[in-house]
Amino acid sequence: MNSTVTTGTETSVWGGGNQPLGASYGKMMMWFFLVSDALTFSGFLAAYGFSRFKFIETWPIADEVFTHVPLFHGNYPMIYVAFMTFILIMSSVTMVLAVDAGHKMKKNAVTWYMFATVIGGIIFVGSQAWEWGTFIKGDFGALETKGGRILQFVKADTGERAALSDFAASIPGDRTVHERKNGIWFYQEPALTSVSLEEVVKGFKADSNILIRTEVINEEGEKTLLDRKASLAKLAEATQVVEGANLIHNEYGSRLFADFFFFITGFHGFHVFSGVVINIIIFFNVILGTYERRGHYEMVEKVGLYWHFVDLVWVFVFTFFYLV
Amino acid sequence: MADGHKLEIFRGLVKFKSNTQKIWGVLAFLTLITAVEVVLGIIKPESLTDTYVLGMKLINWIFIILTLVKAYYIAWDFMHLRDEKSALRRAIVWTPIFLVIYLTFILLVEADYIYNVYKDGFVSWNF
Repeated sequence: MNSTVTTGTETSVWGGGNQPLGASYGKMMMWFFLVSDALTFSGFLAAYGFSRFKFIETWPIADEVFTHVPLFHGNYPMIYVAFMTFILIMSSVTMVLAVDAGHKMKKNAVTWYMFATVIGGIIFVGSQAWEWGTFIKGDFGALETKGGRILQFVKADTGERAALSDFAASIPGDRTVHERKNGIWFYQEPALTSVSLEEVVKGFKADSNILIRTEVINEEGEKTLLDRKASLAKLAEATQVVEGANLIHNEYGSRLFADFFFFITGFHGFHVFSGVVINIIIFFNVILGTYERRGHYEMVEKVGLYWHFVDLVWVFVFTFFYLV
Repeated sequence: MADGHKLEIFRGLVKFKSNTQKIWGVLAFLTLITAVEVVLGIIKPESLTDTYVLGMKLINWIFIILTLVKAYYIAWDFMHLRDEKSALRRAIVWTPIFLVIYLTFILLVEADYIYNVYKDGFVSWNF
């Protein structure tokens, strides 16, 4: 009679019911998504490494690019990025505290920790937007040569960087931006730079205190400074003024640097943004008591995994973009 | 899961009384590492930037190793991989590690080759 009877556990195995990994379906799928997402980011960072090794002698020095802190003037490399890193780690902590409170079914604590996490995320995205704005707006301005190389300017006596407006001569002229409405309708041009190439060249020749700095990194790990004679010779190769950075021109040096900055931090910033949105949804679900009724707060844990992953990626972006 | 947390870090050197305490402990550790990285990044001691180990500056080795340490504690304690079954943990961790090492090796070697082509070959790009 009991020849066909199987035990409970066997039935469950036969029916696909055993859980060798001890994780729920949702959590496991979140992990698999994170693994694939990690590979996407690795692809970006490895491509960054590729381009950097390809132009290892002329790559911009991150410390000289990201030197600004909101509300403060002066040269503070790293400080602001370090602040952003700390904000993100801090919001990771409130997230993990929310998960911990969820295990104990403390609805109020989960609510407040989720709230703090969302705030941290918003501060981070805001900081990143500010960093982008500063990067795009530019610092000192530079000249670009025919080969797409960047020439920057340095004051000979102090060794400080010189902005174009510091020495450019003023040549009166009526050159205005060509707009579609004023000319041939299918021609238009981007906004003119604050000084023209002729003004920079004239000003440079008049001011013997200004030297040119090329992209090439010397043995001391610094950008090569040309002497006055070599600077004047190099100046003849310049073809246009570059102020700020976009995907095509970049006053900080290699254009690929700006491209990767926009793509990597942009992709990461998009992750943070979507993480904030998902956190807000979960936050309201917690308030509404959805998980209280469901009997567990596993959803908070799954979102938490995504949030920590964003933090994890930033740790690597921080190292490979700003430190190394 | 609720009380299934493993509460010791540093291979049992530090043992916390509760999960909440462990979270704050890990935060303190991660903050310390970030602070060390930032200070090294600003000062850039010459003893570290002039020493090369296996073709890379010692300071960069330090940065990368500290990053991996940070990543370990974020994954193990914040994402609580420490509490998961080892099979799940290994599936998650070793798959990307293997692929990333492979990809990095291929791309960096190739990039170095292109660098040499630009440098020694008859290609003019720095003008």
